[in-house]
Amino acid sequence: MKLDTSGLESTSPFFGSGDELCPELSAAPSFSLPLSTDFDEFQKDTKATLKHAKGTTTLAFIFKEGVMVAADSRASMGGYISSQSVKKIIEINPYMLGTMAGGAADCQFWHRNLGIKCRLHELANKRRISVTGASKLLANILYSYRGMGLSVGTMIAGWDETGPGLYYVDSEGGRLKGTRFSVGSGSPYAYGVLDSGYKFDMSIEEAAELARRAIYHATFRDAASGGVASVYYVGPNGWKKLSGDDVGELHYHYYPVTPSTVEQEMAEVAGA
Amino acid sequence: MTKQHPAWSPYDNNGGTCVAIAGADYCVTAADTRMSTGYSILSRDYSKIIKLADKCVMASSGFQADVKALQKLLAARHLIYQHQHNKQMSCPAMGQLLSNTLYYKRFFPYYSFNVLGGLDNEGKGCVYTYDAVGSYERVGYSSQGSGSTLIMPFLDNQLKSPSPLLLPAQDAVTPLSEAEAVDLVKTCFASATERDIYTANKLEIVVLNKDGIHREYMELRKD
Repeated sequence: MKLDTSGLESTSPFFGSGDELCPELSAAPSFSLPLSTDFDEFQKDTKATLKHAKGTTTLAFIFKEGVMVAADSRASMGGYISSQSVKKIIEINPYMLGTMAGGAADCQFWHRNLGIKCRLHELANKRRISVTGASKLLANILYSYRGMGLSVGTMIAGWDETGPGLYYVDSEGGRLKGTRFSVGSGSPYAYGVLDSGYKFDMSIEEAAELARRAIYHATFRDAASGGVASVYYVGPNGWKKLSGDDVGELHYHYYPVTPSTVEQEMAEVAGA
Repeated sequence: MTKQHPAWSPYDNNGGTCVAIAGADYCVTAADTRMSTGYSILSRDYSKIIKLADKCVMASSGFQADVKALQKLLAARHLIYQHQHNKQMSCPAMGQLLSNTLYYKRFFPYYSFNVLGGLDNEGKGCVYTYDAVGSYERVGYSSQGSGSTLIMPFLDNQLKSPSPLLLPAQDAVTPLSEAEAVDLVKTCFASATERDIYTANKLEIVVLNKDGIHREYMELRKD
C-alpha cells in the first residue's frame, strides 16, 4: 500500500543536491518505519509508556447564522495533566477552523499540513478551497495511514461559496457531512446538553452560550477534559473568537454559592 | 495461541529531569547530570543540555541514545539553514523544526522528552514543551523527565499565569527577575532530588539573555 507522502514533500530546492555523505539529510523526508508488518503491535508496551497527550471535548454545529465551534484545552498523558492551555481549535485560514481530538501531535501535524495544502490550492486555482475539498484532502491522507495507529478525530468547519460547512473526519478514514458533532472523551456529556438545547433558529449569543455550557458540562464530568472553554463563530466574513472562559470559574457562574440562612444558633446553656 | 513478545527492546530509559523558565528578557534552562539504567548509574556528570542556536537551547531527558541522534539531526539541519539563509535560526523556528523532526518518527518514536528554551524574535524569553511524538506548545515554564511530576505542581504554584486562551486576554508574564528564576530552579531540583532516584548529582543551569549564554553548576545530593 503506497502511503500518501505528499504531506512530507519539502519545498526546499536544495534537497538532493548534497554530496551524499549524509543521504538522510538530502533525501526527501519520509517516515522511518520499523521492519514489521503490524505497526499497531510494534513496541506496543513501550509506546503505552510514552503516553502521548490525548483526551478532550470538542463540538461544532451549524445554525441559522453560521457555524459555532467550541473546545476545552486540557491535554492528558495517562493520568497526568500535561497541559491546561492547549489550542484545540486550529485556525487553518481566516474562514476555516479545525478541531483537535485524539493524539495531540497527530492533530497538530496534519492540520498544519492541511493549512499548507489549502494555501497551495488557493495559489494554484486563484480561489479559496471549499470546506468539502479541505475535508476530503485531510480524509484521504488519514485513510492512507489507516491501521498504523494514528489517533485523529477532527471537525473541519468553515464558510465557503455554498454557505456554512461542517465535516467530521477521523483516523479510521471516516468522513461525514453533518450539522451537529461532538468529538472526544467528553463528547457524550456535551451531546446531552447540545442536543437538548439545540434549535436551528438561534441567535449568535444563544448559540455561543449553548456551546459554552456543553463544554462546561463535559469538563465537569470527564476527567480528561478541562482548562479553558473556547468558543469560535464562523460567519460569512470568516471566523471570530467569541469567548475563552476558565471552566472552574464557569462552574460558579452557573452554580453560584449562596450563603445559607442561619435558622438556629447554638447558645450557651445556663447552669446545669 | 498466545502472542509472542520480543525479548529485546530498542528502548531504554536513562532518567533525569529538565526544567525551563521564560522571563521578560531571559530564559533559564536546567537539567540534572545523572544518567542511569535500571537501578545502576552510568554517569554522574552527563550533560542533557545542548545549544542548538545562538538564541536556542534544548534540554532532553529519556533515552539518551535517541536524544543524541535527535541533537545531531537538529544541529545538522541548523547548519544547512545557516548556509541557505545566512543567519541563525530563531527559537520559534527551531521549535517547529523539532516538532516536525519528532513527528517524522511517529511510527518508531524518539524516546525523548524535550524542552526548548530561548529568546524569541522580540528578545522575550520563550519555552516550548514537547511530548515524544512532536506535539508542542509555547509556555511560560515547563518540566520534563522522571522528576517532572514532582516539579511541575510546584512551578504551577509559583509561576502560574492566566491562560493565553482566555478572552478578554489577560497579561501572562513571569514576574520574576533572572536571579529569582535561577534560585527557583535550584529549589525545584533540590526538592526533586529528595524524592526521585533518577534526579541527582549535579544541576547544570544555562541562562540565555541579550548578553549571551551563561552556564553554572550546583551540587545536588549524590545518593
